[in-house]
Amino acid sequence: MGKENNERKYLKLFLTTFEISAFTFGGGYVIIPLMRKTFVGKLGWIEDSEMLDLTAIAQSAPGPIAVNAAILVGYKTGGIPGALLAILGAVLPPFVIISIISFFYQAFRDNKYVSLVMSGMSAGVAAVVIDAVISMAIDVFKLKKALPVIMMFLAFILVQFLDVNIILVIIAAGIVGYIEYKARRKKA
Amino acid sequence: MIYLELLWSFIQIGLFSIGGGYAAMPLIQHQVIDIHGWLTLGEFADIMTISQMTPGPIAINSATFVGIRIAGIPGALVATIGCVLPSSIIVSTLAFIYYKFKGLDAVQSVLKGLRPAVVAMIATAALSLTAMALCNSDTFTADINILNAVILVVALLILRIFKINPIIVMAGAGVIGLVAGLF
Repeated sequence: MGKENNERKYLKLFLTTFEISAFTFGGGYVIIPLMRKTFVGKLGWIEDSEMLDLTAIAQSAPGPIAVNAAILVGYKTGGIPGALLAILGAVLPPFVIISIISFFYQAFRDNKYVSLVMSGMSAGVAAVVIDAVISMAIDVFKLKKALPVIMMFLAFILVQFLDVNIILVIIAAGIVGYIEYKARRKKA
Repeated sequence: MIYLELLWSFIQIGLFSIGGGYAAMPLIQHQVIDIHGWLTLGEFADIMTISQMTPGPIAINSATFVGIRIAGIPGALVATIGCVLPSSIIVSTLAFIYYKFKGLDAVQSVLKGLRPAVVAMIATAALSLTAMALCNSDTFTADINILNAVILVVALLILRIFKINPIIVMAGAGVIGLVAGLF
């Protein structure tokens, strides 16, 4: 009985992450509330306070938030196999959709109407990303601390005007973050 | 070998896109356009646009798109695996630590400390996308597409003031581009 239950749980886990991934537009920030609704509310596999911690991990760790959240939920539900199944469920829908689009891309792109739509949308996507940057920068200013603001402007200058490799900038920012954390702990 | 190059590029993208959302965008641009020349900036802008209109993370969408264009379905698989590999290892380890010790303070604190730098890098990607939309080039030139400039400013105002779902704004931008282009 235990084994059959397990198999059903794994299947459910895969199908659930697949479904959430397939129908979630708007990326990682949208997917977390949906996962919470499903895994905490509907399935009851995860407690609410635990989900808050998992969300914090998913959002701060490297990689796509949707994939990270799936790994955490899968790990909690079924260990490493659960995590792998959840990754598969989360990755498969975009993989299939973009594969199909890629095959038609060239034919589509040369079409006069598609090209007009894409041109308008390219202005739209620039607006969407600028909007996100403004919101995120406001959050940095709201911290009311000098260091994050300086880091933000310095990183911008280094990458935009001095062509410094962005991976180096991220590593340097991580080191600064670590030193700041140590200093804060010493104070406290 | 092309598969190894794809794998390694997307491992770096997965490993250093910290904080989700648009964090992957500048890294993808750096790897795929600057280093390898796998896509033009125009194609990159296209895949970012497509990513906004379809489900799934930007990094996975880009991995699939770039992989297929460079080396077919096997390329897409390799790139996608590369993209999720760092997450899989790091997040599983964090989950293990979380459930065993319940303490991730230091890790999270450092990762949060990165945030301002990540915002700055997304800003540089936003500038590239803007240059592409307005000047059809990777830098700003005097030759500005007035229609797209108007669409961009109006879309940005709508997003800031009314907080409308970006998908609707993008769809609207596409429709305006089409209608204005035809008449």
